[in-house]
Amino acid sequence: MKGLTWRAGLTVAIFIAAIVYVVPTFKESVWPHKKINLGLDLQGGMHLALEVQTEKAVEGTVERVRSDLRSLLRNERIRHGELRSAGKTGIGFSLLNFEDMEKLEKLIQNNYPDMELRSTEKNEGNLVVTLGLTDASTVEIRKQAVQQALETIRNRIDQFGVSEPDIRLQGEDRILIQLPGITDTKRAKELIGKTAQLEFKLLDEDHSVGRAVEGDVPPGSQVLYASEQAGGVEKPEAYLVRKETLLTGAYLDDARIQIDQQFNEPYVTIDFDRKGAQIFERITGDNIRKRLAIVLDNKVYSAPVIQEKIPGGTARITGSFTMQEAHDLAIILRAGALPAPVDIIEERTVGPSLGRDSIQKGLFSMIVGGLLVILFMAVYYQVAGMVANFALVLNILLIAAGLAVFQATLTMPGIAGIILTIGMAVDANVIIFERIREERRLGKTPSGAIAAGFERGTITVMDANVTTLIAALVLFQFGTGPVKGFAVTLSLGVLASLFTALFVCRMIFEYMYDVRRMKTLSI
Amino acid sequence: MEIIKPGIDLDFIGKRRIAYIFSSILILCSILMLVVNRGPEYGVDFAGGTVIQVKFNKAVEVNRIKEGFGVMNLKGAAVQRFGVETQNEYLIRTNESLMTDENFSGRMTRALSDATGAEAEIRRIEMVGPQVGETLREKALFAVFYSLLLITIYISGRFEMKWVVSGVMAAALIGVVYFFSLFNMSIPILILAALIVTLFLFWQLRLRYAMGAIVALIHDVIITVGIFTFLGKEFSLPIVAALLTIIGYSLNDTIIVFDRIRENLRRYSRRPLDLNINRSINETLSRTLLTAGTTLIVLISLFFLGGDIIHDFAFTMIVGIVIGTYSSIYVASPMLLLIESGEPSSGEPAAVPAAG
Repeated sequence: MKGLTWRAGLTVAIFIAAIVYVVPTFKESVWPHKKINLGLDLQGGMHLALEVQTEKAVEGTVERVRSDLRSLLRNERIRHGELRSAGKTGIGFSLLNFEDMEKLEKLIQNNYPDMELRSTEKNEGNLVVTLGLTDASTVEIRKQAVQQALETIRNRIDQFGVSEPDIRLQGEDRILIQLPGITDTKRAKELIGKTAQLEFKLLDEDHSVGRAVEGDVPPGSQVLYASEQAGGVEKPEAYLVRKETLLTGAYLDDARIQIDQQFNEPYVTIDFDRKGAQIFERITGDNIRKRLAIVLDNKVYSAPVIQEKIPGGTARITGSFTMQEAHDLAIILRAGALPAPVDIIEERTVGPSLGRDSIQKGLFSMIVGGLLVILFMAVYYQVAGMVANFALVLNILLIAAGLAVFQATLTMPGIAGIILTIGMAVDANVIIFERIREERRLGKTPSGAIAAGFERGTITVMDANVTTLIAALVLFQFGTGPVKGFAVTLSLGVLASLFTALFVCRMIFEYMYDVRRMKTLSI
Repeated sequence: MEIIKPGIDLDFIGKRRIAYIFSSILILCSILMLVVNRGPEYGVDFAGGTVIQVKFNKAVEVNRIKEGFGVMNLKGAAVQRFGVETQNEYLIRTNESLMTDENFSGRMTRALSDATGAEAEIRRIEMVGPQVGETLREKALFAVFYSLLLITIYISGRFEMKWVVSGVMAAALIGVVYFFSLFNMSIPILILAALIVTLFLFWQLRLRYAMGAIVALIHDVIITVGIFTFLGKEFSLPIVAALLTIIGYSLNDTIIVFDRIRENLRRYSRRPLDLNINRSINETLSRTLLTAGTTLIVLISLFFLGGDIIHDFAFTMIVGIVIGTYSSIYVASPMLLLIESGEPSSGEPAAVPAAG
């Protein structure tokens, strides 16, 4: 009875706040608050889990050091044998002069802080040296690769224009991506999964491509095939390309889609930054009348003959692109290359029609289940049952408001969680009502029985709900996507039912029997 | 209205041996079931693989569908109908984690449409790589274990005021389990061992309420999983969610009874323990059954009307709640008696603070 006014005031305030938060979900333009987020399983869309092949980033670094070191050793006139890779993170070679060892050590220290001298070994008058990445820098490279991949993918998706994508890191090397409402999943996957390693390489025109394809590949060259867009679907054309990369996409400044006026075909123009432009000018100047292959992810897009020295740092990538392909390629190039290839290790796609079905069925079963429970409570507990039913409706409203306030995501299991809460919310009332009945049988007045019933029932209800809450919280930690949605609605439901059963119902009963002094207790 | 009349006095405790035998048989059957089947039937979430849900605009033959994806070179793929027959919906499942690049769904739709002569719509694709499946399996086991442990700490804290003892014990257990999990141990065996150690510790520390609760919970989970496996249903993420919810929920009834036992022990401290427990079960029988009943009402509605995606989830919850209600009457409370008789010196009721 004490403080009935402020309790009623608080309840009404919460009730109104809940309505304020819930209304935009049903009628968007009323006032500007966000509506309840629907999960991918309800609105359709795509969930991807990518694994960044960080070891490829490590290998790439070692490879770069190897080719760099080769020219450095030449410049320093250190005579050496072939530079081989030793394990995944090492480089091994032999020094012909023992005296060069000191020079080499200094060289490594000054130029490659990431590398360390692993071992030296005398062998047939040579000194076999093994260099390797330090463990710390291996870890660092891996971490950087994942971080950079995350940024790059985020950039690409932003430019692609998906509304409310969710991109996040999971564990050490996994990236989770949620793209709600996406229908063209193929396009999205290509946009995200492409490494986009752009390279410019000279064609090896001194040797025969045909013989190379059969296995006789000259040293320093490699066979690459034409891309799909360059007519490579059926039997891709083979190119013999020098291994040495002259210029990469790292020097890229911008990439745009353009339309060829003559053939009305789209192509992509790329602009290099200042350094890139200088390099491009030099290689085109040095290699006039040779063919320069434009290679993206080890596929040759085109290999035009260099007609003249090209200043200004602009190049174009042609191929029989569709508008969409050219558009996406420009996005990928602008956003930059992934530092390492990624694998799609999990993919879940839900079409929009399935989502609509799920919502419909979920809501329908919720309404039917809810009505049955309401009917049961009204018959079994009569007036008290109606109070419980009012609390139940308030409860559902509070869950919906909770979803809107916390911007949580409603999923199909989440709807199941709400339905389950309907069954569980009245449990609290059942426990209390049964207790009140017991107290009545002991001969207490309605008011006394209600007081005692709530008094004793409260602790039981608390205990029972805390355990459910513990399970829900563990589930939240464990779950992904849809299951997390279940944990959210279940937790919200438990909290809401504690409030409605222990606070709101009690207030109503106390009003009825302490203030209005009703004589009969219909329970 | 009253379904269970007040003053009801059924002899639950007297029949506890029958219940023990019944439960033991169920548990043994469940474990046997799991051993014979080499573990539960895992869905793609846990086993890795691909599931494709297709809807056709008219009735089609299953063989035609098989022909259709035969073209797509899916190894060991199986087709099953999804939902009722008139929906013309099917699930195609393979154990391979298909790389669904290169316009997979487009080609699939075409292949299926060509083979069946009906318009096909791919409504859902789930591809889970094997490494993801394994991680999830382990995480699920840990989740079940941790929630069991946390809940039992709460129980022994609330009912016996042994917050510190149970808290330290749980922290030690979690620490040890984490430590061993770093050494590439088989996670299922590790969790099993941890559970046995937990039971032993509860026994030793005479945390009898926690002991009763955890035995009942393990009982519920094992039997639910057993029935689930017996019916050939597949384990997926929502099913684990259902199991965890059962762990939380089936305890509700147990707590109601425990609460009353504690209350009666204080009020009628001269009455023999078994009589007190039996009275308590009877006094709370009405609410035990009613709370389970209201929850079952909504779950049955969800089961029949909620659509096929949520079907197995609702089913698991229904089984779990039925078993959970049974176990809170016949397993959890009689367990209190078991510890008491095992420790004749602890005749005095546990020191309990005021609570109702």
